[in-house]
Amino acid sequence: MIELNNVAYSYGGGELLSEIDLTIQPGDFYFLTGPSGAGKTTFLKLCYGDLTPTAGEARLFGQDVRTMDRDAHAMTRRRIGVVHQDCDFLDHLPLADNVALPLTVSDRNDLEQVANLKELLSWVGLKQRAKALPPELSGGERQRAALARAVIMSPDLVLADEPTGNVDWEMSQRLLQLLIELNKMGKTVIIATHDMNLIRAAKAKVQARVLRIANRHVQLAGADL
Amino acid sequence: MKALLNNIIFVFVGDAQADRMVPPTGFTARLTLFASAAMAFLAVFAIALSLASGRLAQRWGQELAQSSTLRISAPAEQMAAQTAAALKVLETTPGIAQATAMSPDEQRALLAPWFGPDLPVEDLPIPQLIAIEETPEGYDAAGLRLRLQAEVPGAILDDHTRWRKPLQQAAGRLRLLGLLSIGLIALVTAAMITLAAQAALAANAKIIAVLRLVGAQDSYIAKAFVRRFTLRALYGATAGSFVGFLALFLLPAAQEQGGFLTGLGFQGLSAAWLLLIPILAAIVGFIATGTAARRTLKELR
Ligand SMILES: Nc1ncnc2c1ncn2[C@@H]1O[C@H](COP(=O)(O)OP(=O)(O)O)[C@@H](O)[C@H]1O
Ligand SMILES: [Mg+2]
Repeated sequence: MIELNNVAYSYGGGELLSEIDLTIQPGDFYFLTGPSGAGKTTFLKLCYGDLTPTAGEARLFGQDVRTMDRDAHAMTRRRIGVVHQDCDFLDHLPLADNVALPLTVSDRNDLEQVANLKELLSWVGLKQRAKALPPELSGGERQRAALARAVIMSPDLVLADEPTGNVDWEMSQRLLQLLIELNKMGKTVIIATHDMNLIRAAKAKVQARVLRIANRHVQLAGADL
Repeated sequence: MKALLNNIIFVFVGDAQADRMVPPTGFTARLTLFASAAMAFLAVFAIALSLASGRLAQRWGQELAQSSTLRISAPAEQMAAQTAAALKVLETTPGIAQATAMSPDEQRALLAPWFGPDLPVEDLPIPQLIAIEETPEGYDAAGLRLRLQAEVPGAILDDHTRWRKPLQQAAGRLRLLGLLSIGLIALVTAAMITLAAQAALAANAKIIAVLRLVGAQDSYIAKAFVRRFTLRALYGATAGSFVGFLALFLLPAAQEQGGFLTGLGFQGLSAAWLLLIPILAAIVGFIATGTAARRTLKELR
C-alpha cells in the first residue's frame, strides 16, 4: 500500500528524516509519535504524496511518487483520507458541503452518498451544525468535521494528524472508536499523536503498532507502553 | 471534438457545484467585464472601418473604371463644332457604350459647390465636358487620344486611372489597418482576461489547495474559473458592442457629397456582427482562462 525505501526528507537545511524503510500493508493500524517538531506531519505528507522524498523512493499503491502526474496524485488522494492538523475548509460553504467535498469533486454526489453524509455527521456529533460555516465552529468541531471529510469516500487509507488535539477525552474516544471501526472494515489507519493515553486506550481494542520518530529515524516501538 | 462540445455545453448550462467551490472575487469580475466591454466597443469601430474601406475600394474600382471624362477647351465659336466632332469620334470608338455632352445645367451643378448657384456658365470660357461610359471590356485609351489629337485638337481625355489607383490603394491600406486593429483588440482582451484569471487563481490559492487535498483534478478546478470568465467576457462584450453599434447608428447620416464618410456608417454592419463580437470575446475568454488556469495550477502544489 505504502512503501518507503531508504526515504529521506529535508526542507532545505539538514535532513529532517533519514533512512526510512517501511512498508504499510492493508489493514494495518499505526500510531506515529514523537516530540513536537520531530517530523510527524512531514512523514504523513510523504505518505500521501504531498511531499516528494529528497532521497530514496516512495511508492503509493504501487506507483512511484516521482513519476506520478497531477491527475495521478488527485486519484491517489481519493483513496487516502487525510485529517489535516490545521483542518482546512472552504470557509464560504456550510459544514455539510465541506464534509461532502471529496464526493463533489469526484462527481459521486449521489443519493446514497447523501444518506451516508447524514449518518456520518450524526456519528461525529455534528448533525445540528450541518449548516454552520467553518469559521463558526470550535476547534473540536473542526477536527470532527475534518475526520468526517477524510472518511466519507471510504478510502483505503486514513491518515490523521493529531486528530484529538482539540477535543475532550470523551470525544477523542469516539473519534478513536470511529477509526478503529474503519480499521475493522479493512481500512489502513495511521494516527500521528503525542497523546500516550490515547495509544494505550487503543491498544486495548485493536492490534496497533507504534512508530516513534527519534533522531531523524522512524522506528517501530516495542510493546512496552 | 466531443470534449469541446461538452465544454461549450458546460459554459452555458453550467455546473452549479464546480461554480460554488470558488467564491467570486469582485475586483476580477469588474476588470473582465469592463475590459471586454471596452474592447468590444472598439472592435465595432474597427470592423466598421474595415468594412467601409473595403466597400469604398471596391466601389471606386468599379464605378470609376467604367467611366471617364473628355474635356474640350476651345474658343467659344468653335466649341459646338469641336463637341460634335468629339462625339462622333467617341461614337465610333469600340468599347464606349455611351458619350453624352453635359448640358449647361449639369455643368452648373458640378461647379456650384465652388462658385455658387448663380454662375453664368454660358458667359464663361469654361470647357465643355463629355461624360463617357465604357462597356465592360473598356476601350483603348492611347488609340483614342491619338485620334482625338488629329480631329479635335482642344480635347483632353481623362480616364480616371491616374487618381483612382492611389485612392484604391489607400482604401485597401485602411482596410488592412482595420483588420490589424481587430487582431490587436483580440490580443489585448486575451491579455486582460489572462491577468484577471491569474489574479483570481492567486486570490483563491487556499481554496485550490483544499480542493487538491480532497482529490480534485486540475480540470475540475479550472472549470469553475473558465466558466465564470467566459460568461463575463460574453456579457461585457455584449454590452460594449451594443453601445458601439448605438454610437454608429447615431452618426449623422452621410449625405451624397459625403465622399469617404458615405461608407463609414452603419450600413453593411449587419446584425450578424453584433452577435459575432460577443461570441468571439467569449471564445477569447474561454481560451485565455483555460490556459491561465492550467499554467497557474501547475505551479501550485
Ligand atoms: N514547509 C516547511 N519549510 C521548512 N521547514 C518546515 C516546513 N514544514 C515543517 N518544517 C519544519 O520541519 C520540522 C518538522 O515539522 P513537522 O513535520 O510539522 O513536525 P511535527 O508534526 O512532528 O510537529 C519542524 O522543525 C518545522 O519547523
Ligand atoms: Mg505536526
